[in-house]
Amino acid sequence: MVLLRLFFEFAKTGLFAVGGGLATIPFLQDLGARTGWFTNSELTTMIAVSESTPGPMGVNMATYVGFKIAGVHHIPGVIGAAVATLGLIFPSIVIILIIAGFLQKFRQSKAVEAVFYGLRPASTALIASAGLTVAAAVLVTVGGEAVHTLAIHWPALILAAAVFIAMRYTPLKKLHPIVFIGVSALLGAVLRF
Amino acid sequence: MRLYWELFWTFAKMGACTFGGGYAMLPILQREVVEKKGWATDEELTDYYAIGQCTPGVIAVNTATFIGCKYKGWLGGVAATLGVVFPSIIIISVIATFLTNFADIPVVQHALAGVNACVVALIASSVIKLGKSTVKDALTAVIFLVVLVLAFFVGLSPALLILAAGVVGYAAKQIFHYSGGKKGEGN
Repeated sequence: MVLLRLFFEFAKTGLFAVGGGLATIPFLQDLGARTGWFTNSELTTMIAVSESTPGPMGVNMATYVGFKIAGVHHIPGVIGAAVATLGLIFPSIVIILIIAGFLQKFRQSKAVEAVFYGLRPASTALIASAGLTVAAAVLVTVGGEAVHTLAIHWPALILAAAVFIAMRYTPLKKLHPIVFIGVSALLGAVLRF
Repeated sequence: MRLYWELFWTFAKMGACTFGGGYAMLPILQREVVEKKGWATDEELTDYYAIGQCTPGVIAVNTATFIGCKYKGWLGGVAATLGVVFPSIIIISVIATFLTNFADIPVVQHALAGVNACVVALIASSVIKLGKSTVKDALTAVIFLVVLVLAFFVGLSPALLILAAGVVGYAAKQIFHYSGGKKGEGN
């Protein structure tokens, strides 16, 4: 039964892919190679679509792959999409519920508080690092024609700076983040970023 | 029942507004969950992200499970998690059916370049907000800088860095009774 297999394969991916959505890619490559459900070039398309549609990337990947595989087996795609996604999130739901129960119990403990005291600035730094990675990809191009050149994408840089200033130092900071995202999408499309 | 529905719907909206990974969801989580609903604090959000980095699964999903669970127990965790993945299932199914070349459409690429520039600003703003409650004294400032350098320039594994920082925090507080130079903190 291909749906069971789909659930199981994605549960395995969900269990072993630690970190963000990008961590699922090597597992999906392996899955494609073992089952022949999709090729590497189809996977590249799926990654591109997952990155360019709303939703967490790892979830989008599972949804897309599930949809395609169901189609191969003449099952409505949306069922495959749902089964793969539920498979992906199943192990982490179980693990997080256990950890959350533990946390609620030991929240007041001085030892746990001490661990989190060190952990929180590290977590903040990792988020900053992820932001820098996105910034490096979006705002500048390293390399190019000569090796040590650094091309700045001025429109993107100006837009990022404008959004940052608007949402921190002007009355616009009351606006929902999605407004900024929507306006930026529109500007990007109209001005051909 | 209404509260589970509220969890599902709030996280479905957030799932539909997130582009990229779990980090891109952070600014929206801060607005919806911390500022509007009061389901978690900024500090708890950093805790969830820290744990989400070291545990299996997608960070955005893990954070949704945590918040739902804190607010309404394990069923709340399930409701929030199903909510955050729901829009993906619908949107991807539609795109996979009608627009297999979706990512190659020029207008989509231009719009996404705009969104990505915006996401950089949103994450920067979120980091500043979180930093106010997580970087409180000399030691936490050092941890922040060291982890940032090791993650961005050296590329060490996030899980490793989180675990090491937890050990440093534990040692400083429990073994050396570090007080951060502020009265009332530490022992």
